[in-house]
Amino acid sequence: MGLTILDPTREAEPQTRPLAPRDGAPRRIALVDIRKPRGDVFLDELEALLRDRGHEIERTQKPTFTKPAPADVRREIAERCDAVIEALAD
Amino acid sequence: MAAELIALVKHDCPVCDSVLPALDAAGVRVVSQSTPDETAAQAQRLGLVHIPEVDTDLALSERLDPDAVPAVVLLDGEREEGRVEGLQRTRLIELAAQAGATLDLDGLPEMRPGCASITRDPEVAARLAARAARRDGRLKAREIVVGELEDVHEALYARGVTDGLPVVPPTPERVVRMLEGTRRDPQDLVGIIPPYDGRATVEKVAINAVMAGCAPEHLPVVLAAVHAACRPEFAWHGLIATTHPAGPAVIAFNTDVGINTKGNVLGQGTRANATIGRALQLVGRNVGGGRPQVEDRAAHGQPGKVGLCFAERIEGNPWPSPFDAPTVMLMALEAPRIVVDQLAREPEGLAASLASALESVAHPKQRLAWDALLVVGPEHARVFGEAGWSRDQLRQRLFELTTSPAGELTRGAGGSPEGIEPKWVSDPEMPVAKFASPERIQIVHAGGDAGLFSMVFGSWAAGEIGSAPVSEEVEPWA
Repeated sequence: MGLTILDPTREAEPQTRPLAPRDGAPRRIALVDIRKPRGDVFLDELEALLRDRGHEIERTQKPTFTKPAPADVRREIAERCDAVIEALAD
Repeated sequence: MAAELIALVKHDCPVCDSVLPALDAAGVRVVSQSTPDETAAQAQRLGLVHIPEVDTDLALSERLDPDAVPAVVLLDGEREEGRVEGLQRTRLIELAAQAGATLDLDGLPEMRPGCASITRDPEVAARLAARAARRDGRLKAREIVVGELEDVHEALYARGVTDGLPVVPPTPERVVRMLEGTRRDPQDLVGIIPPYDGRATVEKVAINAVMAGCAPEHLPVVLAAVHAACRPEFAWHGLIATTHPAGPAVIAFNTDVGINTKGNVLGQGTRANATIGRALQLVGRNVGGGRPQVEDRAAHGQPGKVGLCFAERIEGNPWPSPFDAPTVMLMALEAPRIVVDQLAREPEGLAASLASALESVAHPKQRLAWDALLVVGPEHARVFGEAGWSRDQLRQRLFELTTSPAGELTRGAGGSPEGIEPKWVSDPEMPVAKFASPERIQIVHAGGDAGLFSMVFGSWAAGEIGSAPVSEEVEPWA
């Protein structure tokens, strides 16, 4: 007989979701600035490169890097764009 | 159903021995709290005709809950009609008569106290309490059995549920004992903990508090801290995920659970300080998710992330408590550093010294993005107290003294590229505040009697763009 202890964890694993289908190159791409210093520099470069390749670009940003993107921002990206690139930092 | 007489006994009780022959002769149903072997040996020793039944799992003992055995109980179905614990000769004979039995207790003394029921053994009582808690739905956490040959500390570390230090194994018995520290229902929800949105019930918090080494009286403080940590303005998600070294610090006011406020207040050696902050961190890690290098992306972290809790010192405090009731305040803080000023005897000069340390939070050229906590030592606080400076007055003066000319704060100034973009600076002489407002400098009185020192903590990204201090009264969680 071993020692019985109680599980200290949430007893649930995060849901895994399948990646969205990749059907061809995305037409419109959202570039999200999480509002860390110099994230805009990185995204400016990225935007130029992607536009050269014929993608439409939509720039957006989180209100602050310290908190998850609000649901509205996420919904707007999902409705208007085919793909999203987040500029992380550090 | 006719009334039934049941006698609870145990094998190592001389008083049970003395009445058992009479109970046996009268055909009374006898149930033993001892093992089958012990019970059989007792029956043989006393020459009983019937070997007593064994109270498997102590179910009957738990239900009748006697203080002492022999306990003779008259039951009419579920209803108890009468009981005698120990030897009370006349009452026992009368009780047996009610059930139509005749007891021959001749030669026995009129009165002898019995022996403690096995359910009064602290270890057995704890086991039964845990079993009852599970049965009643007060305990719902999954049970994990650690193998007999496994080292429980190694097993818990291997499961990734510790902070690297050994933890107290959270057995159901210890968790039930911990839950005695609160009137809250164990299944009450304390908060939803990011990033994985784990449900921190009172039970889950209690499990982690056991692991952290808390005593039951610490639980309400831990519960209040967890609840406060879940407030949106505290930004727990970001605090866990940030590359910055900050962690949640628990600062208690007016509590009475043994939190050190004096010598080595920010150090080791006091159980409440060491375990309350640790319990909050373990709840975060285990319920919400916060493994270093996984969800916790801190580049360096800091030693206080094992857990940090201390309280404001009342003795010698020149300032009234900022809270009326026992309260915890949470701040997202980096490691503290000392401010030495052993010469200042006037408040203005001492404030200037403290301000110079506050200026360096994060980076001297970083402005308006950080809060600070100033822990004023008693010998420093006395200087302000004797001069009649209130807490707010000191705060206001520190706010004024932590301003610098814009020209010294721009990118490139002083040789470092960090700083304010020059395009925002029209007048290099324009004063720029370090903090967004005086209220962004929190001041707490704590520390040992001797030492002309104070301590400064910088915060994580502060205010609306980051984490704001949050406070919570403890009593609703008691």
